[in-house]
Amino acid sequence: MLAYNRQDFIRRMPEASHDLRRRRSFWRVVHIDPILLLLLLALTTFGLVVLYSASEGNNSLIKRQAVFFTIAYIGMFTVAQIRLDYFSRWSVLFYLGALGLLVLVLFFGVGAKGAQRWLSLGSIRFQPSEMMKLAMPIAIAAYLSKKTLPPRFKHVFWSLILVAVPTVLIVKQPDLGTSILVAISGLVVLFYAGLRWRYILSAAVLLVASIWPMWHYVLHDYQRRRVLTLFDPEADKLGAGWNIIQSKTAIGSGGIDGKGWLDGTQSHLDFLPESHTDFIIAVLAEEFGFIGVLGLVVLYLLIIARGLFIAINAQDSFRRLLAGSITLTFFVYVFVNVGMVSGLLPVVGVPLPLVSLGGTSLVTLMLGFGLLMGISTEPPRITHNR
Amino acid sequence: MQEHQHFKNYHVESRTFTGRVLLTSILILGLTAVLLYRYYSLQVTNHEDYATQSDNNRILVQTISPQRGLIFDADGKLLADNRPSYILSLVPENIKSIDDTITLLRTLVTITDNHVNDFYKSLKTNRRPYQAIPLRFRLTEEEIAKIAVNEYRLDGVEVQAKLVRDYPAGSLFAHSIGYVGKINDREWNNFDEDKVKRYQSVHTIGKIGIEKSYEDVLFGEVGYRNVEINARMRVLRTLEQQNPIQGKDLRLHINSRLQQIAVDALGDRRGAVVAIDVETGGVLSIVSSPSYDPNLFVTGISYKNYNALRNSLDIPLFDRALQGRYPPASTIKPMMGLGGLSEKVISRSYKIFDPGFYQLENDDRLYRDWKRTGHGIVNVHKAIVQSSDTFFYDLAFRMGVDRIHHFGAQFGLGQKTGIDLPSERRGLWPSREWKKQTQRLPWFPGDTINLGIGQGYALATPLQLATMVTTIANRGKHLQPQVVKMIGEELLPPKIINQVEVDERYWDHIFKSMKDVMHAPNGTARRAGSKSSYMMAGKTGTAQVVGIKQNEKYDSEALRERHRDHALFVGFAPLDNPKIAVSVIVENGESGSGTAAPIARKIFDAHLLHKSSAQKKVPIKLSATSLSPLSAERSSQSQRIKLAQRDAQ
Repeated sequence: MLAYNRQDFIRRMPEASHDLRRRRSFWRVVHIDPILLLLLLALTTFGLVVLYSASEGNNSLIKRQAVFFTIAYIGMFTVAQIRLDYFSRWSVLFYLGALGLLVLVLFFGVGAKGAQRWLSLGSIRFQPSEMMKLAMPIAIAAYLSKKTLPPRFKHVFWSLILVAVPTVLIVKQPDLGTSILVAISGLVVLFYAGLRWRYILSAAVLLVASIWPMWHYVLHDYQRRRVLTLFDPEADKLGAGWNIIQSKTAIGSGGIDGKGWLDGTQSHLDFLPESHTDFIIAVLAEEFGFIGVLGLVVLYLLIIARGLFIAINAQDSFRRLLAGSITLTFFVYVFVNVGMVSGLLPVVGVPLPLVSLGGTSLVTLMLGFGLLMGISTEPPRITHNR
Repeated sequence: MQEHQHFKNYHVESRTFTGRVLLTSILILGLTAVLLYRYYSLQVTNHEDYATQSDNNRILVQTISPQRGLIFDADGKLLADNRPSYILSLVPENIKSIDDTITLLRTLVTITDNHVNDFYKSLKTNRRPYQAIPLRFRLTEEEIAKIAVNEYRLDGVEVQAKLVRDYPAGSLFAHSIGYVGKINDREWNNFDEDKVKRYQSVHTIGKIGIEKSYEDVLFGEVGYRNVEINARMRVLRTLEQQNPIQGKDLRLHINSRLQQIAVDALGDRRGAVVAIDVETGGVLSIVSSPSYDPNLFVTGISYKNYNALRNSLDIPLFDRALQGRYPPASTIKPMMGLGGLSEKVISRSYKIFDPGFYQLENDDRLYRDWKRTGHGIVNVHKAIVQSSDTFFYDLAFRMGVDRIHHFGAQFGLGQKTGIDLPSERRGLWPSREWKKQTQRLPWFPGDTINLGIGQGYALATPLQLATMVTTIANRGKHLQPQVVKMIGEELLPPKIINQVEVDERYWDHIFKSMKDVMHAPNGTARRAGSKSSYMMAGKTGTAQVVGIKQNEKYDSEALRERHRDHALFVGFAPLDNPKIAVSVIVENGESGSGTAAPIARKIFDAHLLHKSSAQKKVPIKLSATSLSPLSAERSSQSQRIKLAQRDAQ
């Protein structure tokens, strides 16, 4: 073990000295990554501006969202202060806790539109599936980082079990969007851990082969309809196709520079459904045009780039895998939402991260960024894996 | 090697990770490019389509119906008005079950199957979503109250105030002014795109009479309002508005007082009266009797009422003045005499002996005079005054059909008069060609002889006869009869169709003959012309309804009432400076002198002796008169405009 430690030490020497120089920096002391913070502030501010318009200038709604933002930022700063080792050490507990809550949802969950997604504790309602979005990558990253990498079949197998159980529970709620994100947050860890290509290829083959049985036995009617609607929204203009037709109309009518803030007709005249939640990017696209979309996407890309940069520079596998998973999952979030609103992907309930109205997903995401900040600002250690 | 893998190789792990991150970075950039391409294609490439679609979503074009122009008589009395009426309409999109709603409404207000059928019919025609469809018109106050009380269980039921056409004079002008009625399927199908737009929110159109022929003028122009709506079709604001151009008011030549006198004079007899202003060709009065109440048709007549009108033996729906074709009989004799003189077939002193019949050479057929004993020696003057048939048999035979046809045509016989009313018939003024074409028979001399006394093939409408006598009164100036005097502020000039060129002496001669019909001791209409303060000119006529066979005596007693002769009269007055020309037909009235001429006399008197009629100009009054009990409730003009605007919303 010592030999490996030394080897690691040697490899890290130049960086360590670099870290030493920055040690006294203010940001290191407060465990904040200033670039990431700046980007997040820019994004959340922009998000509030769009949300203000989408909610018809509903001040109480904006205030509530601002409160969520405050909570989320506080949560992020708090998480950033915690040493990453603690997460690694308590990963099993997090995972089992989140899993337990998911099971509780199955029995005591509340919700709307035939889905049980929420747990109600007095006046507070939250989605346990959101917690799993963090618990999952932490657990798998912690599990795999203790093994030799690339992971061996046995570990891949157990990792997949860890992914599958909560995913199935969330699918049962049913909440396809979240289950996809949860599964991806786990699978991404596997991928970054260096999952061998032959596994990836066989998984791809399996996935293609499973499309038919998935379609017939797993997907709910409404989910199937969403997929079908994707290919032909006109077939059910007033039903399932309505959302897509209206959101495409909103986006398309925005043009290059948009109709102007608060001047979007599709959203303000209620043609666009879910305009302040899942479909909020259509509001942005309508009011700020292609330029607005471009700006938003660039902002997202910068955050993702920063996240990946932090991941590459992390001190060990656990931190790398966790940072990588959080960042890539964040991208998937963006991709699925932006894709589905524009009719590129089926409509699954995925909000636009940090912009859509909604507390739970916001807090979860910011906690994730808290982890990233922690990883980014952690003082280098000469020895680890003790 | 297998062993080696059990140990952690941090360097390899880090390198692998960095490699995978690079891989995902490429993937991220690729997928982002796909997303951006998607948005580019929606927002830039196909922007126009989506912008249009977005506007279609939110912008609704509403039509604002203009107010229909009012119709006034020559004295400014209101004859066609717009009155607010309350309409019960349904908005199908807001109703769960239309049938249930109608069933419920039936417990509150009177709704017949007819109403329901009409409703479903309009439901099927092209309509915008959320546009209300009328179910019942003319709700009473009580019915409005009942609906208001039950509003909570009547989703999608609306009571709207709409302007509805009202004819305060009722049946007095049913044929001339006509009426507006609901647009039927056939009319809808024949509409071009502009008309469909125009009538979308109006539902009614002029069906007959002035209302039909001046539809475009009376209608005005539809205004438009672009409103912004939300997804639930709630109107949020008006983006753009183009006000409607109100329909123009019409002022007619028709004089209500004269019309009333003509109607009263006809009484309950079937017939027609047309009185024309000699100077302008303006129709002073045009009556077809019996008549009906045009108000019945405005919001849809019930089958019961309609069948009663349609099946009546007296055919009140039939406009006798324009469409009734009667043998002109002796009323054409002045024109025939004029033709003979003008064509030099006869002279003023030309005489024949009238034994009571006329006979062609080599033909046993006797053409009888109405007076079996004959009129003795007759010239053209006496032939007109006493209405000798024999003289005109002879004249017609000498003149020949071609000249008769040509001359009569100059007075408008056999042609449409061109009056500004729809559905006029042309009558029949026969010629050789006509007979060859329609009957495939040559013209026989006997045909000419019958034509000479206005029998045989000849048919004319009362309007044509009035036009003919107006042309005589005008000494050959053939004017087109016109009902409308003014469109808005614009005075319509008289239209001269042609001028009949006849020597002045002959005009004088015929005028004198026609005067003597009225005033000479042996004139056929002397009783009708007696004791007048002015001189008048005229000619009676008695048209056979059933042809009398040879050697058969005409016995009116034996014939059923409806087979009796039609009584006719044409005339004008005053003689020296003619102002009014009249034609009267009384169906089965038997005697032109006894039945038709007195009616004309009443009209002459009413027009010429009434002091305030022509001279005094009465200002146009909007609210009017005791003709309709509803008039008291009639609101002011400004209120009506407000209603019309509200209605358009």
